[in-house]
Amino acid sequence: MGKTIAEKIFDSHLVDNPSENIHVIRLDAVFCHEITTPGAINDLIAKGKDRVFDSTKIKAVIDHVTPAKDSKTAMQGKILRDWVSRHNIYDFFDIGRNGVCHAIFPEKGFVRPGYTVIMGDSHTCTHGAFGAFAAGVGTTDLEVGILKGVCAFHHPLTIKINIAGKLREGVYAKDVILSIIGRLGVNGATGKVIEFAGPVVDAMSMEARMTCCNMAIEAGATCGICCPDMNTVEYLWEFIKGDYATKKEAFEEFNKFYSDPDAIYEDVMEHDISRLEPLVTFGYKPDQVKPVKEMEGIKVDQVYIGSCTNGRIEDLRVAAQVLKGEKISDYVRGILSPATPKVFSRAMEEGILKIFMDAGFCVTNPTCGACLGMSNGVLAEGEVCASTTNRNFNGRMGKGGMVHLMSPATAAATAIAGHITNSKEFRD
Amino acid sequence: MKNFGGKVLFLDRSDINTDEIIPAKYLTEISKEALKPYLLEDLELDSFSPKQDIEGKNVIITRANFGCGSSREHAPWALETNNINLVIAESFARIFRQNMFNCGMMAVELPAVIIDHIFKRFSGKETSLETDLQKNLFVIKADELTDEISFNISDFDRSLVDAGGWVEYADSRY
Ligand code: SF4
Repeated sequence: MGKTIAEKIFDSHLVDNPSENIHVIRLDAVFCHEITTPGAINDLIAKGKDRVFDSTKIKAVIDHVTPAKDSKTAMQGKILRDWVSRHNIYDFFDIGRNGVCHAIFPEKGFVRPGYTVIMGDSHTCTHGAFGAFAAGVGTTDLEVGILKGVCAFHHPLTIKINIAGKLREGVYAKDVILSIIGRLGVNGATGKVIEFAGPVVDAMSMEARMTCCNMAIEAGATCGICCPDMNTVEYLWEFIKGDYATKKEAFEEFNKFYSDPDAIYEDVMEHDISRLEPLVTFGYKPDQVKPVKEMEGIKVDQVYIGSCTNGRIEDLRVAAQVLKGEKISDYVRGILSPATPKVFSRAMEEGILKIFMDAGFCVTNPTCGACLGMSNGVLAEGEVCASTTNRNFNGRMGKGGMVHLMSPATAAATAIAGHITNSKEFRD
Repeated sequence: MKNFGGKVLFLDRSDINTDEIIPAKYLTEISKEALKPYLLEDLELDSFSPKQDIEGKNVIITRANFGCGSSREHAPWALETNNINLVIAESFARIFRQNMFNCGMMAVELPAVIIDHIFKRFSGKETSLETDLQKNLFVIKADELTDEISFNISDFDRSLVDAGGWVEYADSRY
């Protein structure tokens, strides 16, 4: 009987089956940030277990609120910083070198096909783009991951989504994933793995795959995953060239994890995107999506471009193309937060930051910032934000604020118009 | 053995997310106790008043997909510091459900028809619930009404509850 990629990864990492359907698996990487890790650290100290299973497999970053905005966030950073130095955790990214966790860790080559990864952050599913099983967990799972290098999961039932067709001009990975979430619903993949497949995914860059996998959790999925291919090898090559003689050899090694043709899926969904147009969310749930043209004219107070969903260089390039030579509306506050220092400096070299600034955007340092309403652009009650992030929950970017999720192209066009509108790249 | 029971808080809505259970702005709190006043502060639910409605309650009964959204364990902690250690729902988001058992608390699923039945019969009334972990039975009472409802939890979830959480369980085994 054939197996899915997630099942193959589980098989190769199995430690124990404490009860039927529960798999305790060995972890290749445990990622940490300053919001959810201090609770785990303090609890380990309180329990007299202040140890780490393997300091080389733990990677840490301060990204959610950086620079610290008050004494409490300063303390969260300090707890993480002290812990990292106490345990010689070498891969730690503090201010000046830090960026949004799900953007910076892949960029450093920390995620490989076939890996198992956990982090105390729901969008850890992003890393599945590399053919890894990567899941967001709570603080206690994180704590056990840090201490013992294991985590328990149910059997990874998988929904396969075959994405077929050809994307129209001005339609992007963000629109694809919004259309999928709209179809599945916020509860449509709860506890399951979503495997993204088909010609559209094969043709996607690693960045676009990350955008898709990033939002798998918004349909409730444990992980989004793409089978590794030559794109994956190309992206990772600078990190793995010491391990393999040729790219082909690396590909063959990774290909062991490729889902078998006769693998058993919980469900297989055909998703044709040929007629897809740019989408935007309209409520407090990410599955409430509509074509942009049906939301045309809704005024916004702020436009936010950034986050682990759409803060990478490709996203900035697309937005800059729309913004070039334009000015954003006088009534809109535009905020750009490049996701990592590397993205920031690339954008600087390519003249992208200048385009944003000339258009009237404020450019912040790499951080989660406004995405979760903690700093750098929190909304006031009654305000509306057009955002390239992944969550539009009530209060997400500030109590009483409304968030409309969209692609970077749509967000840039919206900033210019002052209201929700399609970018000029899209012609109906 | 912990006692799972007491007065019931009914939340008649699906997809209640972790931002509603505990908003992100309180994630800077490092102690669990500090989260106590903010539980369900942003819940979108008609005529729900967190201050009055949570007081004295020990069990939540709700609809589908409770706890969706972020991975924050602050959500179960905010429940725990308010003396709520049992949530009964039609379904849960995976991370939330796991977090509950990892903390030695319970998140129990019942079929939609039974949840619906409980809502019809008991919501709006002063309701209390007791859990018989030996018999896998909830006993729900309001005025002269009593219902016995059986439930299932996996052996693994039960051993987490017995061990007092996943850290203790994993550290003694792996
Ligand atoms: S950018 Fe937003 S969604 Fe991504 S990790 Fe940061 S807070 Fe979470």
